[in-house]
Amino acid sequence: MSSKCQALRLDGVRKSFGKNEVLKGIDLDLAEHEVVCLIGASGSGKSTLLRCVNLLEPIDEGRIVVLGEEITAHGVKVNEVRRRIGIVFQAYNLFPHMSVLRNVTLAPRRVLGVSKDVAEAEATALLGRFGLAERRDEYPDRLSGGQQQRVAIVRALAMRPELMLLDEVTSALDPELVAEVLNVIRELAEGGMTMLIATHEMSFARDIASRVCFLDAGRILEQGPPTEIFSNPKEPRTKQFLERIIEAGRL
Amino acid sequence: MSVGADPGRGSRILGDLRGSGQGSIWIATASTIVFAAIVVAVIVTSPGWPAVKKAFFNREIFVDSFPEIARAFLLNIRIFLIAEAVILVFALLIAVLRGLPGPVFFPIRALAVVYTDLFRGIPTILVIYILGFGAPALQLSWLERFTPLFWGIVALVLVYSAYVAEVYRAGIESVHRSQEAAARSLGLSQPQTLRFVIIPQAVRRVIPPLLNDFIGLQKDTALVALIGPIEAFRQSQIDVAATFNYTPYLCTALLFVLLTIPMARLTDWLIARDRRRQLAGAA
Repeated sequence: MSSKCQALRLDGVRKSFGKNEVLKGIDLDLAEHEVVCLIGASGSGKSTLLRCVNLLEPIDEGRIVVLGEEITAHGVKVNEVRRRIGIVFQAYNLFPHMSVLRNVTLAPRRVLGVSKDVAEAEATALLGRFGLAERRDEYPDRLSGGQQQRVAIVRALAMRPELMLLDEVTSALDPELVAEVLNVIRELAEGGMTMLIATHEMSFARDIASRVCFLDAGRILEQGPPTEIFSNPKEPRTKQFLERIIEAGRL
Repeated sequence: MSVGADPGRGSRILGDLRGSGQGSIWIATASTIVFAAIVVAVIVTSPGWPAVKKAFFNREIFVDSFPEIARAFLLNIRIFLIAEAVILVFALLIAVLRGLPGPVFFPIRALAVVYTDLFRGIPTILVIYILGFGAPALQLSWLERFTPLFWGIVALVLVYSAYVAEVYRAGIESVHRSQEAAARSLGLSQPQTLRFVIIPQAVRRVIPPLLNDFIGLQKDTALVALIGPIEAFRQSQIDVAATFNYTPYLCTALLFVLLTIPMARLTDWLIARDRRRQLAGAA
């Protein structure tokens, strides 16, 4: 069913909240080491799609396959699926009552059973790699938005995920802090991390993505290499969306 | 929420709250003295004062009855400490049970709701009577070894746990859903999420109302006297009956105040600290 290098596959995924159908049959493939960006207006279903892949929202129809394993099948251990998939949220969602170090080491220690010393050594190394070594013992409230979001990325990475989901991770940041977070993501992409990224940063998507998917009202309307989508979109809705983005000065 | 928070803003707000400065300290002291002097003057010049003074403020009787009442008061402290420790754990359990998700746990959730409704509804004094007189009346041999003191503590635990469980629940519900999503997305199980992420944040937020409930509990330890144990209030009743003078009541009241005031100040301090933190966080 699944080729060896397939990281993620969605087959006809549907999701409704009450009467509102947010995802109307999504088909999507991600090869290993591929970086795919989801673009589209607010409410087009980007966040819901990511939350479904991480099983934070149960889907109504279809199937989701991660590295050859169908995670939407009955009897799948949800917690084991989640530890293989990292997700970073728009609002960081750091644990405010824990230091940066404890934020990062909590899951490795409690979920993977890594010893305290090993977890802390690994976390310190990861934090150092992303320029956060000196923030190790600070509490999240004391950090800038960009630093908090980088900690959130490190926290997800500490679980050694095979797939990363990024949900508009720069949308809550001051413009001058966006670059530091995007650089971290760029570094991950260069390191070969498979990523599915919902973003409003079109120039970033153009730089980093191997493929861009345009979501509109719960459907993937158009997808292809960024050069094609951004310079020569076929669907009128995609053109309209990109024109509005250009007007807003974001491309 | 940036690092470069404006340091002037937070401190200026706190300055206003405290009304700090040498001048205002003197004004506060002077106005307090004047106020107290007026109150004392009104009381001691009232027509009934000599009689009240004799009945309530008798120095000799105070000195005579104080040691025994203080000794009895140790029982109040014991009741309070035992009940509080049990309540802290039991109420948290009730609050967690009430928040269990899914249809399977409906009976448990329902039970938790019935429990909190019931014991917040019945006056404490009735719960003490019902347990203190009712449980022994069942004449079950395994119940016989329990003393009235035991039933009194059980009654206080049942009543106050119902309140404290609601306080905990409010705290748990005040933690944003995104915290749960973040924890679950890292692979933490539901119980782990509660233990490491939700409950620590919830408990921090509810410490002031929690302490407030415990001040109430400290006072209600006196109700246990109604089913037998001789604690401070009952001891003072005995002394009053022996001396035909109310001073022992005043003595007991003083002891309760001495116990609750540190608790009240601690609560204030924690609330103030919380506010400072929020200001620092929001700056």
